[in-house]
Amino acid sequence: MLALLLRDLRLATRAGGGFGLSLAFFLIVTVLVPFGVGPEGGILARIAPGILWVGALLSCLLSLDRIFALDREDGSLDLLATAPIPLEGVVAAKALAHWLTTGLPLTLGAPVLGVLLHLPGSGFAWLTLSLLLGTPALSVIGTFGAALTVGLKRGGLLLSLLVLPLYIPTLIFGAEAARRGSEGLATATPLLMLAGITAGAVAMLPFASAAAIRVNLR
Amino acid sequence: MILGVHDLAVTRGGIAILDGVGFGLRAGEALILRGPNGIGKTTLLRTVAGLQPPRAGRMELPPEGAAYAGHADGLKATLSVTENLTFWARIYGQSDIAPALAAMELEALAGRPAQNLSAGQKRRLGLARLLVTGRRLWLLDEPTVSLDAASVGLFAKAVRRHLASGGAALMATHIDLGLDEARVLDLTPFRAKPAAPGQGGGFDDQFDGAFA
Repeated sequence: MLALLLRDLRLATRAGGGFGLSLAFFLIVTVLVPFGVGPEGGILARIAPGILWVGALLSCLLSLDRIFALDREDGSLDLLATAPIPLEGVVAAKALAHWLTTGLPLTLGAPVLGVLLHLPGSGFAWLTLSLLLGTPALSVIGTFGAALTVGLKRGGLLLSLLVLPLYIPTLIFGAEAARRGSEGLATATPLLMLAGITAGAVAMLPFASAAAIRVNLR
Repeated sequence: MILGVHDLAVTRGGIAILDGVGFGLRAGEALILRGPNGIGKTTLLRTVAGLQPPRAGRMELPPEGAAYAGHADGLKATLSVTENLTFWARIYGQSDIAPALAAMELEALAGRPAQNLSAGQKRRLGLARLLVTGRRLWLLDEPTVSLDAASVGLFAKAVRRHLASGGAALMATHIDLGLDEARVLDLTPFRAKPAAPGQGGGFDDQFDGAFA
């Protein structure tokens, strides 16, 4: 499983691996918002947590269809399914690799982009913490969506349609925690809910993803 | 007995294509599957590999006993030959890839990214992967595609060494490997008779019935 994780990380950082693509997309979305809503600091500060969360979520979506589609194309997925490591482990390793190459850079990049959106000083820590707790759920749920659509030609759009509704709870509690943090309110409840969603997704979805892949490989 | 197949029926895309297939493989034996295109050689191999469930019948093989090599080699274009092979070796809990590189004469290409290999060299790397699995039963689907005569010879030698060390191989191939000891099973007599409409009784029929 460690071998698989290391291979995926290595592939992501090689040419054409897509590492940095999500981060660049996140940057562009965040920079576009002030152009759209105007440079007035008060409005930007109020919408900053939500914009950053939506931006992170959309950036996360961008690299999801690569998780299994490439392995399916070159036959690796068949070979991994017959390998001695359980398919649930394969799925978990791939979700972790996706988070390390997408969720973690987004989490670390978000505070920098917060400056562009006039995020109040008290909000930076809460924004980072909420993304740190929430982005693993985005990766795991996205892996499940990728597993469902792995056999389909050009399944990327369907994948987005399937996954976006599943992202709603994570977005609600994540953005709420970041908003409350930036306004100086108590953040414990949304953060605990967010952590609960992540823990539940990490615990259960690898099994569902593995089952979906088994069906799709037939 | 490494592999026993009894009365196996397999389906492709929900349609029964083979029925009543039975054979056995002991250590040191190789069996070559023959038959026209579309008869179900690949489907049979995928079923034995556990990638899809049989429609009927049973298979006896030790858990995690088979290494499968399909039409695609499972190579990553941006990884080097060594990196590709080391990855699969580690997945199967092995560490030494040097014998596999030597057996397929890939040493000179070891540092080259897989995207710069020719089709035949990729195939040789895909077959070298079998050598690092440490599995006793090899399931090979058209293993010699895009190999030249010398490489086919290398591959036949590797298969013979595998058989000599107590392994077994089940392969679908159209060309003569020069493996005279291998038995040949023609799948044509096992072709499934097309089911009369409404008599299928399979999952799909019940599924369709649920919406009728």
